[in-house]
Amino acid sequence: MRTFIINVGRDAADGFSGAAGGVAFLGEVCCGVAETLRHPEKLRWRFVWYYLELCGRKSVPIVVYICFLMGVILAFQAAVQLRNYGAELFVADLLAFSVLKELGPLMVAVIATGRAGSSFAAEIGTMKVDEEINALRTMGINPCRFLVVPKLLAMVVSLPLLTVIGDIMGLAGGLAVAVSYLGMPAGVYISRTFEVLRPDVLYMGVLKTVFFAVLITLVGCYRGFASSSDAQGVGRAATLAVVNGILAVVIADAVLTLVYMAWGY
Amino acid sequence: MAEAENIIDVVDLTVGYDGIRLMENLNFSVSRGEIFGILGGSGSGKSTLLKHLIGLYRPFSGDIRIFGESMVNAGERAKRDLRRKFGVSYQNGALFGSMTLLENVAMPLEEHTDLSREEIKEIALEKLRSVGLEKFADYLPAEISGGMMKRAGLARALALNPELLFFDEPSAGLDPLMSADLDRLILSLRDSTGTTIVLVTHELESIFSIIDRVIILDRESRGIIDSGDPRLLRTGSEHKWVRDFLSRDGMTLAASSVRR
Ligand SMILES: Nc1ncnc2c1ncn2[C@@H]1O[C@H](COP(=O)(O)OP(=O)(O)OP(=O)(O)O)[C@@H](O)[C@H]1O
Ligand SMILES: [Mg+2]
Repeated sequence: MRTFIINVGRDAADGFSGAAGGVAFLGEVCCGVAETLRHPEKLRWRFVWYYLELCGRKSVPIVVYICFLMGVILAFQAAVQLRNYGAELFVADLLAFSVLKELGPLMVAVIATGRAGSSFAAEIGTMKVDEEINALRTMGINPCRFLVVPKLLAMVVSLPLLTVIGDIMGLAGGLAVAVSYLGMPAGVYISRTFEVLRPDVLYMGVLKTVFFAVLITLVGCYRGFASSSDAQGVGRAATLAVVNGILAVVIADAVLTLVYMAWGY
Repeated sequence: MAEAENIIDVVDLTVGYDGIRLMENLNFSVSRGEIFGILGGSGSGKSTLLKHLIGLYRPFSGDIRIFGESMVNAGERAKRDLRRKFGVSYQNGALFGSMTLLENVAMPLEEHTDLSREEIKEIALEKLRSVGLEKFADYLPAEISGGMMKRAGLARALALNPELLFFDEPSAGLDPLMSADLDRLILSLRDSTGTTIVLVTHELESIFSIIDRVIILDRESRGIIDSGDPRLLRTGSEHKWVRDFLSRDGMTLAASSVRR
């Protein structure tokens, strides 16, 4: 019992010092962003391109598959139920709103956490093992400006674009089910979709992913910087980047949903 | 060394990692143009001390003044300004894996100077030449050997012509010829530009051929057990461990032929 209490106390203390580390990290990131804004010529575009490739272009296939199938599954489930009431046409409504508002942004964010968040953590963790982070510091360079800012920029650009692709694929999945399973003419389904959808549904959904992008990048990079300096530590950092990243995204999604609601949206 | 100006002053420094105090109340200074050695058994805390000197860790207590400015109490920005004035060569080079050797060496120049792209390239190539790696300028760190990485790391540390250089085990893992080359390079750096050099090393050859003054750390007593000219300590130290450490088998002062 005593050891249990001590352990709980220690965990709480660790959590606290972890939080202190997190605040220091955020401070450094803010400095890095401010420095980049003041000296944009020092931004290394080559790295931005590299991460755009990694997080953006190379994620397109997986986003296409997963979002299309997600649309198919959702439409199929909805069709089975709505068919009982002869309300098949509303599959289009259900798909349009749920994909654009929630599922598209969330799915793409989860995929990005698995792909980008973990690789950010592993990359920075490995650099820490090799003393590259120390080398940056002793060269008088803020490691966050050098390592986090390009990733942040690449993610903030690529995640919304991926989400648009994901949204389209999700709707396409719904269309496929409507045509093949419900025997609905494609034109009917499509025009119904456009009828119910306002463009701001798309915009607001995509806007969410900007927040997700920032969170995924920060969590991934922070896990890398906080990793212990050994090979296992890097592995753990990558795992934690995904676990904490997804949690952060879901919490942010909940908060944003409330905020949107409060805005009367 | 006309004026004995101190480049580094360490005052009552206590270092270690959370909970563990490795060295207590260290006091020493390094003067301008000196080649200063930090010696001690494995695990005695040499690398730890070096990391504190370059400001990567915060000491438990005491002060480190570099160029007369406190490294311990400096704010993040002051620390960064201070760090630009010295170079650090890491045990394994610590090169950035995604950049070529040339880009690695050019990086401090790009960050801290307003030179044009061409001038930077010129200087970076020059630095690579000085460590014998100009042919490998376009290689990535993963494509060269450990010894070469170390030399490239040195070239990067030299990029801004620092007045003060720190080395962690510069010659560990190099073949004897190459480490003699490196010793010669370090010596010529000091002799031509008056660079002050602090190095952690195990190599007796380097200790006797280039180092002016050493401190010897001892884990047991958590402090400096002896300091001075290594050539004198070898026979003159009152600690048997120091005499033994400095006169391991087969080592003669023949190595000092490297010196001038
Ligand atoms: N990051 C760390 N956290 C906690 N303890 C550490 C850390 N790094 C080193 N130590 C401990 O501090 C002691 C001194 O380590 P240090 O690396 O300074 O030794 P060293 O004198 O450089 O040895 P070597 O000659 O083998 O390089 C060791 O006992 C090590 O266990
Ligand atoms: Mg060491």
